[in-house]
Amino acid sequence: MNFSEVFKQSNQLCKVSPDGKYMATCVQYRLEVRDVSTLQILQLYTCLDQISHMDWSSDSLFILCAMYKRGLVQVWSLEQPDWHCKIDEGSIGLVSSRWSPDGRHILNTAEFHLRVTVWSLCIKAVSYIKYPKACQKGIDFSRDGCYMALAERRDCKDYVSVFVCDDWHLLRHFETETQDLAGLEWSPNGCVLAVWDSCLEYKVLLYSLDGRLLSAYSAYEWSLGVKSVAWCPNSQLLAIGSYDEKVRILNHITWKKITQFEHPSSINNTKAVVYKEVDKRTAVTSDDLSLHITLGTALFNTRSKYEICPLPVQFPVVKPDPDRANPKIGVSSLAFSSDSRYLATKNDNMASVVWVWDMRKMSLVAVLEQTSAVRCFQWDPRRPRLALCTGNTTLYLWSPAGCVSVQVPTEGGLQVQSLNWHRSGDSLMLLGKEQLCLCYMDTDQEDK
Amino acid sequence: MGEWWTTVPIGTSLGNEEISSISHVTMSPSRPNNLVSMYSSLPLSRSSYNMLSAFCTEDNIPQCISYINQELDSLGLSSTCIEASSPGGAGLNKAPALNAIYELLQIHRRDMSTLEELEKEQLKKCSTLDHIQMNNSRLKACMTRCDQLELSIREKSGLHETERQLLLKIKTMQSCLKTEKDEVQKLQSVVASRASQYSHDAKRKEREAAKLKERLSQLLVDRKDKKLAIDVLNCLGRSDGKRSQWKTAKATAGHESEMYKSLLNDYEVSQRSLMTENAELKKVLQQMKKEMIHVLSPCQPSPRGATADDSQDQVDSDGEEKAGDSSRETLDQSCEYAREQLANSIRQQWRKLRNHMEKLDSQASLVQSQLESNQEVVPRETHENEMERMRREVQQCKEFIHAQQQLLQQQLNTSFDDETAALLNDCYTLEEKERLKEEWRLFEEQKRNFERERKNFTEAAIRLGREKKAFEEDRASWLKNQFLNMTPFMDRRRCSSSDGQSALSIRSEPELRISSTKAKLAKSSAYTTFSTPKPLPSAAVPSTAELYRTLRLIPDSSSSRNSNRGYWQESSSVEDGDARVQPKNRVRSGDLSIFSLGEDEYSLT
Repeated sequence: MNFSEVFKQSNQLCKVSPDGKYMATCVQYRLEVRDVSTLQILQLYTCLDQISHMDWSSDSLFILCAMYKRGLVQVWSLEQPDWHCKIDEGSIGLVSSRWSPDGRHILNTAEFHLRVTVWSLCIKAVSYIKYPKACQKGIDFSRDGCYMALAERRDCKDYVSVFVCDDWHLLRHFETETQDLAGLEWSPNGCVLAVWDSCLEYKVLLYSLDGRLLSAYSAYEWSLGVKSVAWCPNSQLLAIGSYDEKVRILNHITWKKITQFEHPSSINNTKAVVYKEVDKRTAVTSDDLSLHITLGTALFNTRSKYEICPLPVQFPVVKPDPDRANPKIGVSSLAFSSDSRYLATKNDNMASVVWVWDMRKMSLVAVLEQTSAVRCFQWDPRRPRLALCTGNTTLYLWSPAGCVSVQVPTEGGLQVQSLNWHRSGDSLMLLGKEQLCLCYMDTDQEDK
Repeated sequence: MGEWWTTVPIGTSLGNEEISSISHVTMSPSRPNNLVSMYSSLPLSRSSYNMLSAFCTEDNIPQCISYINQELDSLGLSSTCIEASSPGGAGLNKAPALNAIYELLQIHRRDMSTLEELEKEQLKKCSTLDHIQMNNSRLKACMTRCDQLELSIREKSGLHETERQLLLKIKTMQSCLKTEKDEVQKLQSVVASRASQYSHDAKRKEREAAKLKERLSQLLVDRKDKKLAIDVLNCLGRSDGKRSQWKTAKATAGHESEMYKSLLNDYEVSQRSLMTENAELKKVLQQMKKEMIHVLSPCQPSPRGATADDSQDQVDSDGEEKAGDSSRETLDQSCEYAREQLANSIRQQWRKLRNHMEKLDSQASLVQSQLESNQEVVPRETHENEMERMRREVQQCKEFIHAQQQLLQQQLNTSFDDETAALLNDCYTLEEKERLKEEWRLFEEQKRNFERERKNFTEAAIRLGREKKAFEEDRASWLKNQFLNMTPFMDRRRCSSSDGQSALSIRSEPELRISSTKAKLAKSSAYTTFSTPKPLPSAAVPSTAELYRTLRLIPDSSSSRNSNRGYWQESSSVEDGDARVQPKNRVRSGDLSIFSLGEDEYSLT
């Protein structure tokens, strides 16, 4: 495993282009575009203000930089550095900006969710979509880029509009049976739209592309409901994480629950392997003092490693404050591996534990207990390999073969806040607060 | 109390008495005393009556009269005073005396009757006393019972009290529950009302917010926000190269069809996957069924005898098989009927299999019990044999170990006296040296033989060269005679085949013929030289070895070799016998003797 040098970045705005060739990094006003293989700067653009959002177009030719405070969006071309485009939303404000899947339109959400403005870069035309709903995930594009589902709110009722992204034609508009729609997500094959209610009510609705209600699922009533939803990449399973610390798996044929995964605070009897991260600092202190002087940095950089924990295991649990809104309990993060074989979950009141489930056996495979709260985890887009970070200088990797923790060998210590896999799965972008670093996987050694 | 009881009979008796007596009684308040005195005086009077003569004689009549008068006075009969008819005379005034007697008789009768009455009364009183005592004891028992009763009553009352309290408590609890329920209901209604109010408010606010948004956007539109603009250097082409279009009416129909197409596609895909899944499941079912039939049909006759039950099963399974076949044929048509049939047949087969399994289970248990009772079963026999064999082996091993131990013991015994051990060691090394020397000598001899042979060979070669020339000349003459005689070739062949020396076979025929004879000679001599030295060591070495054998002393440091030797010694007598029959073998055995043979022996065992 190799690591690149450390680059500066701000707002954790750093993205690899969809084709995997370039890497765009925002540093305050500037936008740097580098070649991923050489890490040489190819282009340098300067925006009008500090960039608050940046995104690549789907064809990797354009980069969108949004400055929400100023209500500005600037678009840069990689091929023609002198081409430029500036969209000013004016006094109506801007809270969110994103590319359409074709990479020729920009969708800007105005402040207070007044409207969504669709700007065309081809014909300078503009189009408005009224009544977008301010919610967790109100817009979703189907994976093939054909359709856009938009949550709307009119007359205190939730609606979903399905647009054809090609020409923004409204294909379907239907009312949903939700009290307060919280999010929607297309299935990866683009034929089913999952819609879920806000946490006050456990309700997941599945709509066909043509607006028919395929099924409605509710696990329980009264207590807080859905917290997160994830589709399996093969569209055959839908995982729903909820405030009752469980993940429920629905199948795609009957849309009924196949199984549910619980996240108990103690594991007594399981075939799963429980990995526990162990700080090696104590071991270092027991060493010779002379060793300390030579390895001065080792004193402060905690070397950690995994140990297989014998059962039974007790995980640290934080009791959430019942008086506060959005209690820190329940399954907030769900991620399927690219081959749909594994599901990684995180329960918020056991923030330092990541659970990995086997979707074929429908059972727990591994539990990773970290020393600190897990910030982010992401699956390798090619292999069943999970990378996670906990806001320290260590990168953690899990694969069915085992678990490994790698110290990021950077000067000053890069506190990894989030990470992003390269689409090839060969490298990994580690984002700190102000820095970033690329980590290259050894293709030979990965199978160990 | 006693007084009360005594006065009553007097009362009752008073009624029966004459008025005079009443007056009499009332006159004398101390009547009981009088009565007592009367009682006491009566026997006196009776007894005195018998001795009347003693009381009154002719002489003391006046005294008696006076005495009687006094007595009568004291009795209150003063009115009838007995007077002497004549003073100082013995006569008596008859009328007062008779009156007095009458009066006395009256009194006596009265007293008697009163006495009777009193006696009766006494009896009555006794009986009443008894009665009363009985009553008393009964009452006493009653009292104790009453006490118990009272106690239980008290307890009961206590229990009642607690019950009452509990009831009270329950009542209060019930009321509490009711109030709680009411409260809950109230709270629920409150919550519901609040929720509705909240939702209403939320809706109102949302509406307001929507209105505000509307207004805001209207205002923003109205203001013609100059800033709201897109500034593009030059417009871009579409990524797919087509001309960009923006919501044309024409396209709408296309979108619909596109959407349905994709939906249809999806459904087709899912249907196909379901079909394949279904087909696979069917296949599995089929296979299962086939295997079931397969398992059931041959199994049934073999383990069990041809009982009636089995034959019945057999028939059934046959019929089943037929049905299965037919269902298999129809299955491909995937109609309901076929599916049903298949399921049914599977179910039947399954049932049968289960029965069969159960039977097998019972059989197995039966067989087991049989095995336990009856040991003459074939596998058991082989098992026994095997056991026997192993036992024998174990025995052998034990013997072997025993022998080893013995030897070891001997070794230890010998090693106790170091001198003999050292001596033996010396002997052994000496013997070894001797043998080495012998071998060396043998080797030298062989070397010499080889040298001699080589010399012979060179000489033969020279001779051959010469003879070749002669032969060449001869051949020329022979050729002239056109191969009249072929015999030498035959000879040559015979010679070469008989000859083991391949090196010589390359030579040309005539030379060879001659040389071979010579070589034979040489060889025979060589053989002799080879064999001659051997009898010598064979004579020497076994003698020492035999010495050790007879002594049973094996001078060596390594125990393993010892044991080898020890073992070899036992079998050596046979070896010796063999050796005597074949001297050459004997030589070899003597030669390698102690080491190799011993080892061979060991490896064999």
